[in-house]
Amino acid sequence: MTAPTVQIHADGTPLQVAPGTSVAAALAQVPPGRTRSSVTGQPRAPLCGMGVCHECRVRIDGRTRLACQTLCTEGMQVHTDTGRPCP
Amino acid sequence: MTSSSPSPTHERCDILIIGAGPAGIAAALAAAPSGAAITMVDDNPAAGGQIWRDGPGATLPPLARQHREALARHANIRLLCGTRVVGLGERQRADHAPALLLEDADRGWTQHSHRVVLCNGARELLLPFPGWTLPCVTGAGALQALVKAGLPVRGQRIVVAGSGPLLLAAAATAAHAGAQVVRVAEQANWRALAGFATQLPRWPAKAVQALTLLHPQLRAGSHVLEATGGGQVQSVRLRAGRGEETIACERLACGFGLVPNTHLGQLLGCALGGPLSGGLGLQVDAQMRTSVAGVYAAGECTGFGGSERALAQGAIAGHAAAGNTTPVHALQATLRRWEGFAQALQQSFALNESLKTLARPDTLVCRCEDVPHAELAGRTGWIDAKLHTRCGMGACQGRICSAATQHLFGWTPAPPRHLLAPARIATLAAAGDDAPSG
Repeated sequence: MTAPTVQIHADGTPLQVAPGTSVAAALAQVPPGRTRSSVTGQPRAPLCGMGVCHECRVRIDGRTRLACQTLCTEGMQVHTDTGRPCP
Repeated sequence: MTSSSPSPTHERCDILIIGAGPAGIAAALAAAPSGAAITMVDDNPAAGGQIWRDGPGATLPPLARQHREALARHANIRLLCGTRVVGLGERQRADHAPALLLEDADRGWTQHSHRVVLCNGARELLLPFPGWTLPCVTGAGALQALVKAGLPVRGQRIVVAGSGPLLLAAAATAAHAGAQVVRVAEQANWRALAGFATQLPRWPAKAVQALTLLHPQLRAGSHVLEATGGGQVQSVRLRAGRGEETIACERLACGFGLVPNTHLGQLLGCALGGPLSGGLGLQVDAQMRTSVAGVYAAGECTGFGGSERALAQGAIAGHAAAGNTTPVHALQATLRRWEGFAQALQQSFALNESLKTLARPDTLVCRCEDVPHAELAGRTGWIDAKLHTRCGMGACQGRICSAATQHLFGWTPAPPRHLLAPARIATLAAAGDDAPSG
């Protein structure tokens, strides 16, 4: 028997996760699980894991949310690195 | 614009509890028999706080399950998860608690209540060191939270470093999920740890827990010096006794203890104080009243002592907020017992002075605004640093760097102002709507 999974799309890539998985945990399937670029262009990924540091903010179904406090739902569209400064 | 909003922009309850960890749950359960209309909010996807965090990588202890089931049995407890306090609402009546502006994934509203119980918990003290901004460097509690939420770590080599019992708990959670914990580096020395261990028999359950968590890779008197890697952490250099060691790894989890979450309390005007927080937690009296009328506080936001202390404080706060003035001697005795434990913890895991010198001039201290240590070293205080460098003015509103600069430079962070967290325009617009009279 296969365990039930939820599928999300992260920057177009389909990811399968167990129900109840956070978006931050799902993104880590593609190491290093990058979520954003800093104001000076450094790659960043989740730091605090509990909604404090805002390093994991990503765009989820059109809204900016914290990946560590958002659970994956079927068909969810996640876009990382949305705050990248204009070139 | 005339409003025909599908959801009300003002809501009322008798008791508003902020935070659904052990303290918040205990407060709700203690207050529920009074029949009061209780609303409990938490910004996480489920109740439980950090210690009882649920998820595909979590195994809830029986006590956590019992508490969650008990919550569900009370029709007068409304639990709103995924809901964050973003600021102050307009207060309707002088005898009521301050109104709060709340936001969830879909909407924002002003929540009015007679009593507020603050159970905001604590966050990790994250101190800057070279390489700490690399992806896959997290807090120690952070690693535990992420693994519980389904983070894949099977086969990964993980270094856990910092200070406090949370290191061993995080290592155990990661190992249970299939990670190879290659080092647990505790900055306190063996003498301090041994001193702590000799006191543990006073709290037998903790002694048993400590034995089950002990890790063969634990080293005392050891702390992180630097994380290096291209694109993500690949190795960690550690102080090891008088020498150094370099360990290859896929993750570094580094936390230096806890900081009480007092932002909301301070925004409401609550005084700080309390012996179990180094004066950094919210001050409460024996009934868990803060210095602001109608506002109570319980759990780690008042000082550190773990879930047992939080449960006792939460229950006392819940009784008091519901107007039950019968003395709760049993709870007070339980609380005193766990305050002793908290004291022992804090004496044993006091932070080594050398941790203040880990950052190099180019090491970022404020990760939101990318402010390096060199730009801060010459500033005179928190406000001076904010005005001249933008330190603490990014998305996290100084949650991470204010605690770091308080530790590094001795700066006292200014009390936060409205807004507490990034909020949607629609939420702010909703706050401006007139409240219905009555």
